[in-house]
Amino acid sequence: MFDFALQSAWLIPLLPAIAFAVIGLGTRQNKQLSAKIAIAAISVSFVLAWSVLGAVLTNNITVEAPFIAKTVWTTIGKIELAMGMLIDPLTVVMLTVVTTVALLVEIYSLGYMAHDPGMGRFYAYVSLFVASMLGLVLAISFFQMYVFWELVGLCSYLLIGFYYYKVSAREAAKKAFITTRIGDFGLLLGIIMLQIYVGTTDFAELQLQLPHYIDVSGTGMLTLIAFLLFIGPIGKSGQFPLHVWLPNAMEGPTPVSALIHAATMVVAGVYLIARAFFLFNQIPIVLEFIAWLGAFTAIFAASIAITQRPMKRILAYSTISQLGYMMMALGVGSVTASMFHLMTHAFFKALLFLGAGAVIEAMHEEADIFKMGGLKERMPVTCKAMTVGVLAIAGIPPLAGFFSKDEILAAALEHNFFLFLIGSITAFMTSFYMARLLFVAFYGELKDDCPAEETNDFMRYPLVILAGLSVVSGIWGHFFGFGEWVRFGAPVHEGINFFVAFSSVVLAAAAIWLAYAIYVEKRWSAHGLAARWGIFYNLSYNKYYVDEFYVIVRYYGCFVVARILYWIDLNIIDGAINMLAKLTGAVGGTLNRAHCGSVQAYVICFYGGAILVMGYALIYAYKVLSMAGGAF
Amino acid sequence: MIDLQKAFELVVNIGLPHCLLLSAVLFSIGLFGLLTRRSIIAVLMCVELMLNAVNINLVAFNRFGSMPDHAGQLMAIFGIVVAAAEVAIGMALAIKLYRERNTINVDELDELKG
Amino acid sequence: MNELISFANEATKLLHWIIDFVLNFAVNLGVPNLINAGVFYGIGGVVILMALGVILFRNIVHSALCLTGSFIALGCLYIFLSAEFLGAVEIMVYGGAVAIIIVMGIMLIKRDDMSHSNPGRGVVAHIAAGIVSAFFFVSMAAAVIMSPFGELGEYKLADSVTGLADLMLTKYIVPFEVAAVLLLMAMVGAIIIAKGREADEA
Repeated sequence: MFDFALQSAWLIPLLPAIAFAVIGLGTRQNKQLSAKIAIAAISVSFVLAWSVLGAVLTNNITVEAPFIAKTVWTTIGKIELAMGMLIDPLTVVMLTVVTTVALLVEIYSLGYMAHDPGMGRFYAYVSLFVASMLGLVLAISFFQMYVFWELVGLCSYLLIGFYYYKVSAREAAKKAFITTRIGDFGLLLGIIMLQIYVGTTDFAELQLQLPHYIDVSGTGMLTLIAFLLFIGPIGKSGQFPLHVWLPNAMEGPTPVSALIHAATMVVAGVYLIARAFFLFNQIPIVLEFIAWLGAFTAIFAASIAITQRPMKRILAYSTISQLGYMMMALGVGSVTASMFHLMTHAFFKALLFLGAGAVIEAMHEEADIFKMGGLKERMPVTCKAMTVGVLAIAGIPPLAGFFSKDEILAAALEHNFFLFLIGSITAFMTSFYMARLLFVAFYGELKDDCPAEETNDFMRYPLVILAGLSVVSGIWGHFFGFGEWVRFGAPVHEGINFFVAFSSVVLAAAAIWLAYAIYVEKRWSAHGLAARWGIFYNLSYNKYYVDEFYVIVRYYGCFVVARILYWIDLNIIDGAINMLAKLTGAVGGTLNRAHCGSVQAYVICFYGGAILVMGYALIYAYKVLSMAGGAF
Repeated sequence: MIDLQKAFELVVNIGLPHCLLLSAVLFSIGLFGLLTRRSIIAVLMCVELMLNAVNINLVAFNRFGSMPDHAGQLMAIFGIVVAAAEVAIGMALAIKLYRERNTINVDELDELKG
Repeated sequence: MNELISFANEATKLLHWIIDFVLNFAVNLGVPNLINAGVFYGIGGVVILMALGVILFRNIVHSALCLTGSFIALGCLYIFLSAEFLGAVEIMVYGGAVAIIIVMGIMLIKRDDMSHSNPGRGVVAHIAAGIVSAFFFVSMAAAVIMSPFGELGEYKLADSVTGLADLMLTKYIVPFEVAAVLLLMAMVGAIIIAKGREADEA
């Protein structure tokens, strides 16, 4: 069974792709059938993915000795482009996480999308997304990864704009697509330069050839390549300054937010760097840059999340912050911590998003947490699941977030104390705003006109399962040797750094107590605090005016340039074109007279041409014959 | 000084060049008619003349050239077949044209005028 | 008696001498070639004269008659060039069928006075056409004269009917069949074009 799964791992992305084709071409109108097809496909992929995990564990496949199967896809000149699958523990972690979350989200969507007329379309898009994401995970080369990278970008665009009749959804889809395009462009440039300078984009070959390349050519060009490659993850994983699309991406259906914009697609950037860590590892300056950018993004997004009011937006900024965490972990050289946090984050963030979706649907599309309150009584299961999620992300032991965050902070501490400090402050903020969300929305007084009811089974059980995973995945990872298994270089130590653990738990507990004091006990007035720290509050509430900054840049930068270009276009380029057109018209008008319509005049011209050709041939033949002595 | 004896032999010893020159004369006459006649039927007849001029070439090369078989004549036969098809279609078109326009003069058919 | 016999011998000798002389003279002059030349120029002259008639007559019926004559003369030329079968085909197809088609066409189109049924174009057109065809002829003639045909041998092929039949049914079977299909299609096409649509007749 395991070997079969390993050999047919290519089926994992293929099945959802087939589901996409079947739904998209055939059963789109039939909601229930479409959902069943999609869920059947992802279920088989799910089983296969977990069997691949078994195969990797039993067949002794490690990061040093991955399982690679590939076939030549096409040859362009000397460049041979291969498609295939690379399976090592890194891949398997992503495979299992993606298929698990995708399966739960698709089941959840049975309830969430039940009344949406576009449900068939939804399942088609989600299947395509899952297929692309799994293809990305299995990629053997930068090139293949880029293909699927763009595909997941497309799916993200389609799903953010799922409610295409809403202007905000359309705008958000456009924004996401264009913003990530900037990053993709850098990534593409990096891949092309990699192909040109090193001669391959295949991960395994690259790993072999890179030391020779560095011996011969040094790391100068490689530094540029690594920076360019990193621009892709900046866009896709929502790092500062290209994070602006991610909060807007919440215009899509909530299950999509959970699946794509929290658990899977946005971590593609993290995965890309982890996959190509052998490359980044050669260039410490880029790693340093990644670490500091990640840390900055983490604290930056966390400080925004503190003041936001819509539930999904809080979670979106939380996602950006956590992605920054993962980037920081990569930057300080710990693939293990990063991937561990990626896994646990996928579970508890999907849980939080799905819970938020349940709440928002129960509240009839009301997303502002301050218009909720006391939902604990109305939605007990959702409330318990959300509480688990919040505690997990806050890092309360023994939940998942505690272990993964602890590893990241420990790695940061080994690297640089300031990074550790930023990480700890971020952890404090994270605990605070998540506790704020929980207390405001679920505790406190029940509003009189609250329409909320407990959700249906389809939506409830995935929450429960994800809550269970949020509890156990940390323990499981910690005690069953995640660090010896998913790693770069030597196995990572597995002990808990008690200083880090103690400080982070204390900080998290303090933050939760603070939130409790402000929002439940009302010991301090939230409004009063906001008024007292007006500048900071406004900065945070308005997301540091990054969007406005972009608008200004776009207006005064692009608009002015565009006016100039418009003038040039109108007067110089169009003028030249118009002149050309007039010239052509004049020539045509003159030549037009030659078209007298008389067939015989045409025949005269035809034979005139024939005579010219014959005359030339005769002169040529005469020259040749006279040179040869002649037959005359 | 022109060698009269040689010139006489050139004229009298019929060979390939004579046939080709005959063909060229016939072709040029056909071409002249093609360019000057107004009636589409006359034009068609001139085209027939030109086609026959070509056939003379084929037969002459078959006769005087170093051909091992009758392929040249065969080509001439195919030429005749094509010409027959052409004249049938051409006459049909001419009749149709006459019915539609009541004229068969090519210089009155100038729809191609630009 | 002896005188008579010797006179007869002398006369016979003289006759033989005369015959020998005449024959030698004829051979020296190349009488077979002369006969060949006479036939060729005769036939060629007829062909060219008839062709000139085609383009010069004002009456299109006369032109068509000249065309037929030209075809028949061409058939004779083919026979002279030892392509007997082709000559027969030329006379039958061109001199027969094509000529009849053309005459039928004339008959279907022109009904009244035939004396100016084959009008020519203006003087400018004649001059231009003359220049073009003259140049064309000159260039072709130059090509013929410049070409070293003298080295070509003269092969007498036996029995053109057998040879053609062999070729037509073996090596060139596909063009042969295609030609058959082409003729059929031309026939169908001519009928459809000339007949017009049902709506036209109604």
